[in-house]
Amino acid sequence: MSAPLVEMRGIRKVFPGVVANDNVNLTVRAGEIHALLGENGAGKSTLMSILTGLYRPDAGEIYIEGRKVNFRSPRDAIEAGIGMVHQHFRLVSPFTVTENVALGLKGGLRLNLNRLAVEIAEVSRKYGLQVDPQARIWQLSVGEQQRVEIIKLLYRKARVLILDEPTAVLTPQEARDLYSTLKKMAAEGCAVIFITHKLQEVMEAADSITILRGGKTVATVKKEETDEKELARMMVGRDVIWQGEKPKRSPGDTVLQIKGLRALNDKGLPALKGIELSVASGEILGIAGVAGNGQRELVEVIAGLRPCLEGTVTVGGENLGQCDPCRVIQCGVGFVPEDRLGMGLVPNLGAVDNLLLKEYRDPRWGRVLMDRRAARRWAYELVERFQVKMAGLDAPVKLMSGGNLQRLLLAREISGHPRLLLAVYPSRGLDVGATETVHRLLLEQRAAGTAILLISEDLEELFRLADRIAVMYEGEIMGVVPTEEADLEDIGLMMAGAKKMEVSA
Amino acid sequence: MTWIGWEKRLQPSPWMAVVVPVLSVVLALGLGAIFLAATGFDPWKVYLSMLKGATGSKYGISETVVKAIPLMIASLGVSVAFRMLLWNIGAEGQFYMGAFGATWVALTFPHWPAYVMLPAMFIVGCVLGGLWAVVAAIPRARWGVNEVITTLMLNYVAILWVDYLVYGPWKDPQGYNFPLTAPFTEAATLATIPGTRVHLGLLFALTAAVLLTLILWRTRWGYEIRVIGESVKAARYAGMNIERNIILVMFLSGALAGLAGMSEVSGVTHRLQHGISPGYGYTAIIIAWLAKLHPATVILVSFLFAGLIVGGYSVQTMGVPAATVSMLQGAILFFVLGGEILTRYRLHFGRKEVAR
Repeated sequence: MSAPLVEMRGIRKVFPGVVANDNVNLTVRAGEIHALLGENGAGKSTLMSILTGLYRPDAGEIYIEGRKVNFRSPRDAIEAGIGMVHQHFRLVSPFTVTENVALGLKGGLRLNLNRLAVEIAEVSRKYGLQVDPQARIWQLSVGEQQRVEIIKLLYRKARVLILDEPTAVLTPQEARDLYSTLKKMAAEGCAVIFITHKLQEVMEAADSITILRGGKTVATVKKEETDEKELARMMVGRDVIWQGEKPKRSPGDTVLQIKGLRALNDKGLPALKGIELSVASGEILGIAGVAGNGQRELVEVIAGLRPCLEGTVTVGGENLGQCDPCRVIQCGVGFVPEDRLGMGLVPNLGAVDNLLLKEYRDPRWGRVLMDRRAARRWAYELVERFQVKMAGLDAPVKLMSGGNLQRLLLAREISGHPRLLLAVYPSRGLDVGATETVHRLLLEQRAAGTAILLISEDLEELFRLADRIAVMYEGEIMGVVPTEEADLEDIGLMMAGAKKMEVSA
Repeated sequence: MTWIGWEKRLQPSPWMAVVVPVLSVVLALGLGAIFLAATGFDPWKVYLSMLKGATGSKYGISETVVKAIPLMIASLGVSVAFRMLLWNIGAEGQFYMGAFGATWVALTFPHWPAYVMLPAMFIVGCVLGGLWAVVAAIPRARWGVNEVITTLMLNYVAILWVDYLVYGPWKDPQGYNFPLTAPFTEAATLATIPGTRVHLGLLFALTAAVLLTLILWRTRWGYEIRVIGESVKAARYAGMNIERNIILVMFLSGALAGLAGMSEVSGVTHRLQHGISPGYGYTAIIIAWLAKLHPATVILVSFLFAGLIVGGYSVQTMGVPAATVSMLQGAILFFVLGGEILTRYRLHFGRKEVAR
């Protein structure tokens, strides 16, 4: 057999205090789809950053088609035919598809955009990646934007394509389309590496799988020779025990009531088209749906961060339609936002200042001058109670790990004893341990009688936590079903907008 | 094969945060030395006599303090706005408006006793400086108009307005046609330390620094300023009123620059005149940046820059051009901004041996 297209041997990369990669090996052959499986923090991203020239390894060698290479910058990697589609797309949204492909192309000052557009159309036809070369990025759906990213790489004649959690933003149906594109590319002699932690996706799309855990290679296996259970064990390092049934509860009084809610998105287009929802005390209402179908706008309206055009939002009978976040907070609404570090927490401030974010108005800190020592003591207690690990109470929180950040955020939001808790993608990007903590805290809040609105793209999480599941598609609620009666296939169809149920909110 | 490369630091180096400003000053002096040597001066001698001029005599020290006062007050104002990422480049104009306001009080009510006159000048100076900044703050808060441009443009308006007054209606009839107003009455001048020109403005500056420190780290308002400066999104999420804070902070920033103007006319010149500020408002920006926006550090760095100015005057007798000091100031800022990259990136030389 000829030399593998990509071979990484004995890769080691150390960051201060962390060994991100330790003697990692990865071999990918032309024509194969290779899954890189591992929990968050397993070292997948670091390894791919090394392969794309973003980081330099402390030790180890990289061979492309048997030749040793030494990437000094991402440019070297691109020239060697390695391209990556990042989880957050690197696209310029006011530019057209063609202009985005043109960005960073080599060549003189002259640029023939018309010829480029024709060439792009050719590439997209060949691989079944439908997209209009003249469209502007902001007009495209997330799935189409992903196609643009792939076209960018194919146009640059990339032979190794790396995709970072490519299906996180897609419906199950769109994901299937993506898999078939990937298969076409593999058939053309490319190698496809995709990073994931979803087992089912691996079994569906990959030819072989390399599992990383704690910065080390656990194994490389062929798909035919393994199953989901074995992969899970290798990924987590122990048998995964799916949490049992959550305790039954009869929901109490309605806390959140939304009627006929309409609102616009940032571009001024309708994002919410008449939402009807209610959440009762001690109930978790899960909202399923592909990201970008109005979930963000929905929670922002409830949190008072986005004006509502029509309709009402009431919490415990009080009307909260005036876009006043301060009043919403006083009404007892806790909010765990999607953007933890940036909206939920202030990256450069310490834990004390971050815990004070919702509490600083409280007169108990003193009338004019705030009693910093009392605030510190209070912060220390919270940090202990929620077992947040950190370098120190004053160290910038951006240095903390994802799991600890979320713990800190939940500590603040829960300590305010909310009547309603909005949790948006609360376990996104967290490892299994941290996810378990988040789930436990949410269930504890449910037991304490808090009404919880949980937005998630992880159906497994919704099935585990929610009492009822609502599906959002293009700003509408496609249906609300009690979790016991929910059917995965139905929910998938509703997520894709193919099915609508009578809503009885 | 050797090469030089950059590597991003995982977190800004706290060590570099101290080294960079100090090194910037040294490099700027080095650059100045090359320039001086090229124009036929002995840089060592020039720097030594600058140092002597600024700190070598009671007179020199007193002059350095006198120059430091407006720099400190204006720079405290600039730094509080910068902390909220409001790029108030208009301290110069706000300084002029403060000086204008104080002068208006002094010239319009010459019979007022000091205990009425000085507080009135203080308040009017602050309010006018503050309002001048608010002129730029309102469009910024409402429609996101870039305050860099508006505050900068308003400088020219303020300076020309004062010029109009001192060349026209307010010109001192006994002033031999110089562009200056009539001198203030005794009641309108700030007390000085006997035997020096150091005036009460020093107390304003130090008090302002203490108050600002307390406001920023011990009050709810200061907490809001710090949060908004770091993340507007988080501030909105926490229910803070961003628009109101933009206007309030710009007012405070402008009011401090205005106070610097008031203390300059009332404490040093005792009249309003053309070119009352030789660019204090701009130097204040450099100081604020060099001091990392920290009130206590602003005080220290202001003395350094005041020393530079006074030292610059003293070497003019050697034939060294007056512009040398401006050049040194510019070079310091240049190196500080350039050096910022060192706090975020690590420079490494040569190729690391790949070990197995």
